[in-house]
Amino acid sequence: MASYSTNEFKGGLKIMLDGDPCAIIENEFVKPGKGQAFNRVKIRNLKTGRVIERTFKSGESVEAADVMDVDLQFLYSDGEFWHFMDPKSYEQQAADATAVGDAKLWLKEQDMCEVTLWNGSPLAVTPPNFVMLAVAETDPGVRGDTSGGGGKPATLETGAVVRVPLFIDVGEVLKIDTRSGEYVGRAKE
Amino acid sequence: MPHHLQDDLRWRPSATREALASRAEILARIRAYFSRHNVMEVDTPVMSRAATTDPAIHSLATTWHGPGSRDGERFYLHTSPEFPMKRLLAAGSGDIYQLCKVFRDYERGALHSPEFTLLEWYRNGFDHLALMDDVERLLTDVLPDNAQPVAVTHWSYRDLFREYTGLDPLAATSEDVAAVLAGNQLDVPVGMDGLPLDAWLDLLMTALIEPRMGRGLLFVTDFPASQASLARLRADNPQVAARFEVWLDGIEIANGFHELADAAEQRQRFTRDNERRRRAGLEPVPMDEHLLAALQAGLPDCAGVAVGVDRLLMLASGAKSLDAVQSFPVEIA
Repeated sequence: MASYSTNEFKGGLKIMLDGDPCAIIENEFVKPGKGQAFNRVKIRNLKTGRVIERTFKSGESVEAADVMDVDLQFLYSDGEFWHFMDPKSYEQQAADATAVGDAKLWLKEQDMCEVTLWNGSPLAVTPPNFVMLAVAETDPGVRGDTSGGGGKPATLETGAVVRVPLFIDVGEVLKIDTRSGEYVGRAKE
Repeated sequence: MPHHLQDDLRWRPSATREALASRAEILARIRAYFSRHNVMEVDTPVMSRAATTDPAIHSLATTWHGPGSRDGERFYLHTSPEFPMKRLLAAGSGDIYQLCKVFRDYERGALHSPEFTLLEWYRNGFDHLALMDDVERLLTDVLPDNAQPVAVTHWSYRDLFREYTGLDPLAATSEDVAAVLAGNQLDVPVGMDGLPLDAWLDLLMTALIEPRMGRGLLFVTDFPASQASLARLRADNPQVAARFEVWLDGIEIANGFHELADAAEQRQRFTRDNERRRRAGLEPVPMDEHLLAALQAGLPDCAGVAVGVDRLLMLASGAKSLDAVQSFPVEIA
């Protein structure tokens, strides 16, 4: 079983902690000149997203987490699972609601997503930073208003609700920043 | 990301021109201080056939190919110039100081670098208390006006722990330390099983005491005998060692001893260190027989101290990492 010593610790390293796969966010080396060294580590639990702090005696080894990020194409959702495919090998993966999390608000069929696999199964899904989604429902557009001030809610084809300018109409395709959940602009024709 | 870790800027120093100038200025002031006090600058080898036996300090090693050594000979890079400087003292050098690069494996962080500049000096006829005053004089002399210590306090190791943790370090057990950690909402670190009490006390020092020290110069004396390192034990109280440490603004910057001069006891400590190394799964290292012979010949009554110069420069400039005062940290060396 692969393992890492504390002196290999650095941001991004994936380790097993209390049975869960985790990613190291920050590693601080602490040591009295003539005394015991410690690694004070900030860690994100990749299953729950929770950030915890843990201290290790330097020189300790921890099990490596078999975690990797792959780019997969989103195919469809059957309500229970979200299905993805590797466009090269055509290998498919099914992610449950826990793994997909809030990403489900931005998933559009055929978009490429970053899927984090743990022991070969989807653990988390990260949508593209920007997605193009059509407006499914919103108040009628107010022509001539291009100020961008104010705004109104719009429900997109995926069910996500974002704040958009008053001139936006149903059926228009919008560019959304998935990291902030904010409207960026209208999709270029 | 620090600018020097961006690919296209990796050739550039991580320290500013101003930080480099401040380093040059403070090094010059250190040399002027010792010149005024008739302390001679010396230069001892970086490479030695012997290493420090201290299980908490890891030496880097290299191979020398010289006359008569077909496959090369293993040399350790010094982690401090202490042993050869004591050989000079035993040979009658008088008061001496050295400014040099030292090397330590496995150490890297904002306050740790595998190579750093150490200032080490020895005063004949001084005990550790007299040397602490010398340290205070030197620091106030070399630090710029805007970085002068805002206060100077003196503690015994025991009183410091009692004040900050409520624990008597000379009577505590690891279970007591674990209880103090729990009382402060701190977890017991991974891997503490079977470690000696000193490791648990080191944990309290780094996790609870240092972060609360506040600003100013803080001297701590009378370390537990088990942490004597190369200091003599106090004749009037052998439970504690004539060792001191110095913190500036909560960061450890110096360690000093009323030097152990007893060759037999020194050999015993080296041997015990190597046994602890073995138990901890570390390689035992060759002890310095030249030092032991020098102690046997007679080390004058003296006290010595080592100051981490990069940390001092860092604190003098208000920086948060050694990278700000070193030209090229290990990542771009």
